[in-house]
Amino acid sequence: MKTPQKINDQIIAIEGVKKNFGDVTALDGVSLNIREGEFFSLLGPSGCGKTTLLRMISGFDSPSIGSVYIGGSDMTNVPPNERPTNMVFQSYAIFPHLNVAENVGYGLKKQKLPNDEINRRVEEALALVDLEGFGARESHALSGGQRQRVALARALIMKPKVLLLDEPLSALDKKLRETMQSELRKLQRTVGITFVLVTHDQEEALTMSDRIAVMFDGKIAQLDTPEGLYKRPKTKRVASFIGVMNFIPAKVVASTKTKLSLEVEFLGKINVTASNKIKPGDKITVGIRPEMLTILYGETDKADNVFSGMIVSASYYGDMTYYEVELKNTDINVMVSMRNTSGRPVLLTGTTARVGWGCESITVFDG
Amino acid sequence: MSSRPPKSLLTYAVLYLIFLYAPVILLPLFAFNDSAIIALPLSGFTFHWFGLLWDTKALHEALYNSLLIAVVTAIGSTTLGIFAARAAARYEFPGKRGIVGFIMVPLVLPEIIVGVALIVVLIQLGLSLSAWTVIIGHVLICTPFSIAILQSAFNNMDRSLEEASMDLGESKIGTFFRVILPLVTPGIISSLLISFTISLDEFIIAFFLTGTDVTLPVYIWGQLRFPARLPAIMALGFLMVSLSFFLLLTAEYFRRRANRLTGNHTRSDNGIFQ
Ligand SMILES: Nc1ncnc2c1ncn2[C@@H]1O[C@H](COP(=O)(O)OP(=O)(O)OP(=O)(O)O)[C@@H](O)[C@H]1O
Ligand SMILES: [Mg+2]
Repeated sequence: MKTPQKINDQIIAIEGVKKNFGDVTALDGVSLNIREGEFFSLLGPSGCGKTTLLRMISGFDSPSIGSVYIGGSDMTNVPPNERPTNMVFQSYAIFPHLNVAENVGYGLKKQKLPNDEINRRVEEALALVDLEGFGARESHALSGGQRQRVALARALIMKPKVLLLDEPLSALDKKLRETMQSELRKLQRTVGITFVLVTHDQEEALTMSDRIAVMFDGKIAQLDTPEGLYKRPKTKRVASFIGVMNFIPAKVVASTKTKLSLEVEFLGKINVTASNKIKPGDKITVGIRPEMLTILYGETDKADNVFSGMIVSASYYGDMTYYEVELKNTDINVMVSMRNTSGRPVLLTGTTARVGWGCESITVFDG
Repeated sequence: MSSRPPKSLLTYAVLYLIFLYAPVILLPLFAFNDSAIIALPLSGFTFHWFGLLWDTKALHEALYNSLLIAVVTAIGSTTLGIFAARAAARYEFPGKRGIVGFIMVPLVLPEIIVGVALIVVLIQLGLSLSAWTVIIGHVLICTPFSIAILQSAFNNMDRSLEEASMDLGESKIGTFFRVILPLVTPGIISSLLISFTISLDEFIIAFFLTGTDVTLPVYIWGQLRFPARLPAIMALGFLMVSLSFFLLLTAEYFRRRANRLTGNHTRSDNGIFQ
């Protein structure tokens, strides 16, 4: 059996993992490395295999093919109770017959530690999640946010190498969710443990993670930093899953070593950085984020390239306004987002607008 | 806020309860009546009939048989119920629905059919009738009740509780004792009490399979031929009804607790005990 080459500081290595449930393929050849101490997210739509992958790491499911390494040793067939990982379950799985302190100390009790030490560490763990003095509270008398903190304390007290979190915030309301997002991030920095978070909320993944693996249909579509994913999405699917992106068909008219010359439908000729996959004659798509497009007010506003269109809808968000602009003489609509600043009133539906853009903000997708 | 039921419904409910319980209420009336004849008007208060029960040796033997049978039946059917309910709640296997449904059939089979069928089989097997043959019959009819009670306890249990326990380093056996058992214990107690009560009160199967080890209901049946013993039977009946009632209420208390513990956080089923 081959062992994974220890790349500097990786803590988890997943190699060629496939998982079938009957004829459903939940994971279809996943390989990835997670670094020690990072906040790593698995992001993807419902049913793409995020939970399944997390359960491979925790040991609740074993791969049909492939291996899982944690801290350099092969854990593929090691049961969950012998793995250096702990999990925060989506339902929190607080033991209903035990109070808060007994829940948090559950794992330590198995280790047969003296009671004083258990009590001391339970108090520490509760303090870590801002639940000092809640030890004697019955578990059914907790709010959603408190249950979540108990689940966190119960896992962290075990001092795991990796903390796994399966959509831990999805049951909370928006306000509490946002508070917990920043608290979780802070907590991760405090304890320095590797966190692996499963989420289908792209905003959550972007704001919390060091790196994100975007998954579709049991495969990893792209693994990158939040900024990398947003700025350099590899496929149209990733681009539209992470934020909003406008897609416009284009054709390659010429290419040099460093530049591609494109004929973009309705917009005209542009030059972008070359990619070795794309040759002249190929039909491709260009993508541009709404915030990279600007509505030009009056004659003073200038841009490298300009097209005009009609505003078909305007959504006001306070700090921002989102416009949907229909390109002249086409049925192509593009989204434009504008920061609301003084002197730039919100434009009405039906007005004609000039939209400016720059070539450097364009992403090219083959196909 | 719940609104009041309409008057007609209330009247109906009261009449229904009277019809259901009037005969049972007659039991204590005559059990404490100072007369050997079961008829109104009542002629005075006495504990005499209870004293008579105390002095009847044959009755004690029947009581002993009944208790033995009921205890063994309760343990037997609850044990089988635990296995079946756990399997039904946790594992997927081909024909699961059919098999579980099939186990529940004795619930609706007429007891006389079960009794006759069992006696034929047991005699064919060459077994002689005794308390143990009654136990076999009682386990057969009590197991579906046990399964029904335990299944709701096991089914309601969130699977992730077990996984959380394993995740925190506990073994499978440790998880069973530290998480699963405490959560289903109220269900187990409820199942024990209900199968105990069913067995204690059951007559038809006991009548067919009892041989010489008569149970209390069979003993009562035998005594009915002697009118003079009727008041004592009333006293015995009163004791048995009281005991059954107490056991069933206790069982219901534990069943509700099981539902509450295993993560049914709905507050909707608020009964007399909450
Ligand atoms: N135990 C199982 N038996 C059969 N199919 C399963 C099982 N677990 C998962 N699957 C299937 O595998 C696929 C991936 O499931 P998984 O739970 O990993 O998705 P997910 O990405 O976590 O989705 P969600 O965001 O909805 O939780 C789904 O199609 C699911 O139906
Ligand atoms: Mg999931």
